[in-house]
Amino acid sequence: MKLYLKIWRQSDAASEGKLVDYELDNVIPHMSFLEMMDTLNEQLVLKGDRPVEFDHDCREGICGQCGMMINGQAHGPIANLTTCQLHMREFKDGDTIYVEPFRALAFPIKRDLRVDRSAFDRIIMAGGFVSVNTGQAPEANGIPITHEQAESAFDSAACIGCGACVATCKNSSAALFTSAKISHLAKLPQGKMESRKRVLSMVKQMDEENFGHCSNTEACEVECPQQISVLNIARMNWEYSLSSVLKK
Amino acid sequence: MDNKNRASTLMRKTLMAVTGLFLCFFLVIHLLGNLQLLLPAEQAKASFNSYSQLLSGNIFIKIISYVLYASIVIHCLDALIITLKNKKTAGRYAVDNRGKASKWYSRNMGILGTLILIFLVFHFRDFWYQYKFGSLPKDESGHKDLYAIVVAAYHDWWYVLFYVLSMFALGYHLLHGFYSAARSLGLYHPKYVSWVRTFGTGYSYIITIGFAIIPIYIYLTQHVLWN
Amino acid sequence: MELNAKIPPGPLKDKWSFYKDHAKLVNPANRKKMDVIVIGTGLAGSAAAASLAEMGYNVKSFCFQDSARRAHSVAAQGGVNAAKNYKNDGDSVYRMFYDTIKGGDFRSREANVYRLAECSAQLIDQAVAQGVPFGREYGGYLNNRSFGGVQVSRTFYARGQTGQQLLLGSYQALMRQVAAKTVKLYTRHEMLDVVVIDGKARGVIVRNLDTGEIERHSAHTVILATGGFGKIYYLSTLAMGCNASAIWRAHKKGALMACPSWTQVHPTSLPQSGDYQSKLTLMSESLRNDGRIWVPLKPSENRKPNDIPESERDYYLERRYPAFGNLAPRDISSRAAKERIDAGFGVGPQRNAVYLDFSKAIKEQGKGRIKEKYGNLFDMYRKITATDAYVEPMMISPAAHFSMGGLWVDYELMTTIPGLFALGEANFADHGANRLGANSLLQACVDGYFIAPYTVSNYLAGEIKSERVPIDHQAFIDAEVQVRAQLSKLLEINGTKTADYFHKTLGKLLYDYCGLSRSKEGLIHAINEIKKLRADFYKDLKVPGDEDEMNGELEKAGRIGDYLEVAELMCLDALTRDESCGAHFREEYQTPEGEALRNDEKFCFVSAWKWRGEGQEELLIPEPLHFENVELAVRSYK
Repeated sequence: MKLYLKIWRQSDAASEGKLVDYELDNVIPHMSFLEMMDTLNEQLVLKGDRPVEFDHDCREGICGQCGMMINGQAHGPIANLTTCQLHMREFKDGDTIYVEPFRALAFPIKRDLRVDRSAFDRIIMAGGFVSVNTGQAPEANGIPITHEQAESAFDSAACIGCGACVATCKNSSAALFTSAKISHLAKLPQGKMESRKRVLSMVKQMDEENFGHCSNTEACEVECPQQISVLNIARMNWEYSLSSVLKK
Repeated sequence: MDNKNRASTLMRKTLMAVTGLFLCFFLVIHLLGNLQLLLPAEQAKASFNSYSQLLSGNIFIKIISYVLYASIVIHCLDALIITLKNKKTAGRYAVDNRGKASKWYSRNMGILGTLILIFLVFHFRDFWYQYKFGSLPKDESGHKDLYAIVVAAYHDWWYVLFYVLSMFALGYHLLHGFYSAARSLGLYHPKYVSWVRTFGTGYSYIITIGFAIIPIYIYLTQHVLWN
Repeated sequence: MELNAKIPPGPLKDKWSFYKDHAKLVNPANRKKMDVIVIGTGLAGSAAAASLAEMGYNVKSFCFQDSARRAHSVAAQGGVNAAKNYKNDGDSVYRMFYDTIKGGDFRSREANVYRLAECSAQLIDQAVAQGVPFGREYGGYLNNRSFGGVQVSRTFYARGQTGQQLLLGSYQALMRQVAAKTVKLYTRHEMLDVVVIDGKARGVIVRNLDTGEIERHSAHTVILATGGFGKIYYLSTLAMGCNASAIWRAHKKGALMACPSWTQVHPTSLPQSGDYQSKLTLMSESLRNDGRIWVPLKPSENRKPNDIPESERDYYLERRYPAFGNLAPRDISSRAAKERIDAGFGVGPQRNAVYLDFSKAIKEQGKGRIKEKYGNLFDMYRKITATDAYVEPMMISPAAHFSMGGLWVDYELMTTIPGLFALGEANFADHGANRLGANSLLQACVDGYFIAPYTVSNYLAGEIKSERVPIDHQAFIDAEVQVRAQLSKLLEINGTKTADYFHKTLGKLLYDYCGLSRSKEGLIHAINEIKKLRADFYKDLKVPGDEDEMNGELEKAGRIGDYLEVAELMCLDALTRDESCGAHFREEYQTPEGEALRNDEKFCFVSAWKWRGEGQEELLIPEPLHFENVELAVRSYK
């Protein structure tokens, strides 16, 4: 099939970007979206043009590195999918596809479709861990954790940090990302101990990174490749209020 | 990035939720009082006017009313601050279909809120201001005749329409606002979340229909059918 | 040159304790003065960086991804083994050691493997303490599943995302140290050379992939935890960025490479569907617990799988290996699949796959139970293929997966360059000629958390007196000049073929001649072809853009340039090993039933290779393997 692509090109954070038109023939429906981009890039390279820079690595939906706004939707038209898992069979011959980077004040564009998501790392740095050193761990079965508790913690821990929640949020809020980590650790006895301190410092960092407010539109859950529940956000709100009140 | 002394994003949302929920509570009381307007004309007049008198004289109600004014002001100002920050942080796309992932009214609480605020200006001018500072006629029992003012206000169809449309704006605002407030306050247990959501939906319907029906009823009964 | 593995004295089960008791220590005041560079932030890298930083060393950690959390350990699905014996099914450290040695077809060091099994229990404790949400039973205790090649259940799992959860644990430990300023983290940085001064590793040259800037970093020791290089086959289960460049450049600086041709080909990956394809997605081996593998009895079968009656199906694994059946080890399962596909029984549009069928399990256990166990894998399968595997069997096919080979390391995980360590998949140590499922996460974690902290300290104890090397030292200048020259060379060719073209061509060569089965003739042919391809690469490559900017094509070209050299060594390695063992199957050496035929008399050694300069054949230095605790047996899963 033939596609008309309009791809955001921008050489660095400081410069202006714009949508550039490309035409691509012989796109096969079984191709993944990124393989379609590879095909385009191959043609650009052979023409001596600079290929489109985009983030990608594992191409199986788990590393969280890929992420594009495709026709104005995070990771494209299908819900709960990463860009690398999106296949061209979702498009038709002759379609025009707009491809833009994930945008947010907190995600400055590095080049073309690559954005800087290091704000996420700094949020984790602020407390998204259990303070345990190597070699000090007690017997794993020492503290029983019910099946339901472990599964529920897993549901929160499954976040891949792709940033689709921020990209799809009208306010570019990182509430889903931040709350998933807060909930994951608060749901387990190992992480519970520090949960008060954790929620305060992670939220503080989230705000300092210039993410917006959460308006509870729930768009993030719809676009999240791991279907992280918005109830994590509610839990973060609860933990935060409680911790603020009980803070000494 | 000088966020050090500012309230956190979560605190701002908590404030929205608390003031919003207080306003939700007020709406119930307001509606219960207003439902008296649906009584047969004579009965409605007596009952509504004496009720208004009761409210204006009570110290407890007075305190509540100040909390109410404060809630409205804080709710609006906080919303303004939040919206301004969100405008700054949000990404903008050349082609934007993000709307497919959420309900339109959840994304447009600011616009709905603004419509409600405009409505409130008229609402206050026509009733609250009149009652407090206007020279109202007295009814048979010697109460200020607010009922007459109400009936007079709904004389024109376009004014009734304005009211009804405003109630729909309110309805959608509540439809998202009620459970969103519960969310912001930290209700995360799935069972209760779904209860609150159902309750909130029912609440929004009742408030909207309840308030919208009054001007229509009065317009039809007092101005169309009998004249 | 004699290779000294530095195995501690004493009985097998006491060797590691002996080492720990006698290893030299660095006192806390001195640790602050010592710098450690860790390349890679996968399980081994982040675990080592975090652990060493906790001890008080100054750590610099590098990864090419945009966040440390994205290293490819994240993609491991099935689980991590540990000899906890929670299931009370007869497991023990010794049995795990034996399974691993046997699984590796007796081509790994006893002492290393025993240590791996010994530290496994501790790893589970560590991960649980970090908040890894392993699967649990209803009573609250940890659950296990079984995996290929063993008869006990010792695999701990977090649904189908065990690697991700373990990595998040170590990533979070790393970020905790970054916040404490004991680790300085450099994301989007790729190592391009190791700097050797007075015979010791003293720093690295890295390229900032966002700006193209070349940087020099000096340290007292350099740890490579850069993972495997299975991506050399182009179509593989690895991430697009996985590469051999760091270990290959260390190799060219003097570190020996061991058994580079031993690549595990995973039996349960999704088949290739076209030329445009960039990777093969892995479906966890755990699926083989409940899925049955079959092909039609008739070649070139055109009926849909559900229309083929039971009597016309060939459950070839159950037929050939009744004792292990569908849970036969990976090398054996992959080879059996290839045998059927090559014989014309393959299924799917390209006739390159076999069926993995869950209908029996669904009938017996119910769809709900299967969904609970493998729901995310079935979802993934549907996302990629648009097929519902609850209704129709999955189609699977073998794909390059794991490099057993890598930098040669001794018991301390140190390469032949003093001060240069290699951890995790980047080294050749524990898996022999074939790795057992769920042992890779284990090895990476154990290397990083539990071994490197002792052995790196032991090395650094001898370096207390060495001053920090300034980065304007001549060795740094020379290394940088060389790195820059290499980059410019790639840009200046300005030919007509993309880097991907060379990668794909190379990958196909390797699959055909140095993949699941190898032959003398094929390998010689491949070596010639690779040489030609490499010459063509330096004549006809096209890389647009510049070196002092973000340039994805230049990154790729650099990695493929290295692959073209690694590939030749792989073929040479396979050619010189005149036996079949584990993943290395030489067609000339097989039993009448088509099983691998080892030659313990002549080849009971690790092939370590020494770089002798451009255009010269590498030198083979064997490290003999001594088995004192196990008997070399024919590896049978029948």
